[in-house]
Amino acid sequence: MKPAPFAYHRPGSVEDATRLLAELGDEAKVVAGGQSLVPLLNFRLAAPAHLVDVNGIAGLDWLDPADGAVAVGATVRHSRLLRDREVAAAHPLLVEATEWIAHPVIRNRGTVCGSLAHADPAAELPAVLALLGGSVEAVAWRGGSLASRRVPAAELFAGPLQTTLEVDELVVAATFPALAAGTGWAVEELARRHGDYALAGVVLTVTVDGDGEPVSGRAAYLSCAPTPVVVDIGPGLGDGAAANGLYDLVASSLDPTDDIHATAAYRRHLAATLTVRALDRALARARTPQLERAAVSDAVAAPTAASSDAGAER
Amino acid sequence: MSESPRTPNPHDLHEVVVTVNGVTRSAQVPARRLLSDMLRHDLRLTGTHVGCEHGVCGACTVLLEGEPIRSCLTFAVMVDGARITTVEGLADPDGELGPVQRAFRECHGLQCGFCTPGFLLLTTELIARSPEPDDGEIRDALGGNLCRCTGYVNIVRSVRRAAELARERT
Repeated sequence: MKPAPFAYHRPGSVEDATRLLAELGDEAKVVAGGQSLVPLLNFRLAAPAHLVDVNGIAGLDWLDPADGAVAVGATVRHSRLLRDREVAAAHPLLVEATEWIAHPVIRNRGTVCGSLAHADPAAELPAVLALLGGSVEAVAWRGGSLASRRVPAAELFAGPLQTTLEVDELVVAATFPALAAGTGWAVEELARRHGDYALAGVVLTVTVDGDGEPVSGRAAYLSCAPTPVVVDIGPGLGDGAAANGLYDLVASSLDPTDDIHATAAYRRHLAATLTVRALDRALARARTPQLERAAVSDAVAAPTAASSDAGAER
Repeated sequence: MSESPRTPNPHDLHEVVVTVNGVTRSAQVPARRLLSDMLRHDLRLTGTHVGCEHGVCGACTVLLEGEPIRSCLTFAVMVDGARITTVEGLADPDGELGPVQRAFRECHGLQCGFCTPGFLLLTTELIARSPEPDDGEIRDALGGNLCRCTGYVNIVRSVRRAAELARERT
């Protein structure tokens, strides 16, 4: 239960950090909050020879809610995002999903970008990034200068705890795009114990027309595949039989596997059922003008998301 | 580069200086030393309990710059220079139990006591931030910590009582 020895580096700039990563290659891991990495080290499921701590780098601790999109620097903790009033107003979906992450104490240390780079298929933020078509900014020290690129969510997640990032790349920021006008959202998940990783979860958006009728929708699933899965739920939204149509669409779109926590069949049923519940809340929000949303959020979310949180732990 | 000229190696010792309960303390520790272990082994502050060592039980909760964190998921070297509060810092200056500790004793908020330091620190932070917490807030704040004795009802009562005692003081 103690980590294997490692050499510790605390670079003071992005340049120093990326030079270190370039030099150390796959011997190094980046640590920011450590809330997912340190348990892996304690169990010795991972034993990197070097740890590169990015908390000493000035200029990564920033939040930018602009025009509804939210950009987040690499050392921003989940709790800071949740406390930020501008973020709450700009991106309530991101806030609601973040409230599901583990417990408040974990969120005091865990970082938004760290959750994305860790790429746990049971985590909330990768699903949010995938749903919204967001991206991360990765930088590397190559040929004597900093090279930066934007990696879209669709190209980022490669498998459980695996991304397509190169070993010399450092995630310095993530961008969560704004919700379109007339769009409602909801997050639903189920875990056996409060704060655990979800057995299955869904992050959903639905967009309505001027008459309040749904015209399009997307849902992203956690704990249902090795990476977040995004499903176009548009075809499941039509007519009066919407609920059954949606359930069947989701159940046939997902291919979860059995594990120690749940059977594949149960996970599939759970994901489809959570989607039907999430759609009700998302539609109510989509049909509510923005100024009245806060009140609706409180009313419809009271039994679940408002006070609970489940997600990244263990 | 701002790194030292010599590449660090896994067996290097790092000087870590922290202010624990208002007292400046330091230790020479390897990078892999968990904050929980530095407090217990190097600083001999054994009030911080170590349960699961992977962030699930919350027994090792301490306050870092006033915010509760899991000391078993934090390397000591990463919090060099920080201000830390442990359960040893909760007593009154005259050595009597502080209001949070008194409340847990009065309301039977503990039995075996193993998880108690974590709950006391969560409570300390909660009532500092929210002097009259409702049960929802209390349960949300405590939700990440495990107690295998009490069934939690008396812990929630203890927190309400701790808030009362703290308010009486001010």
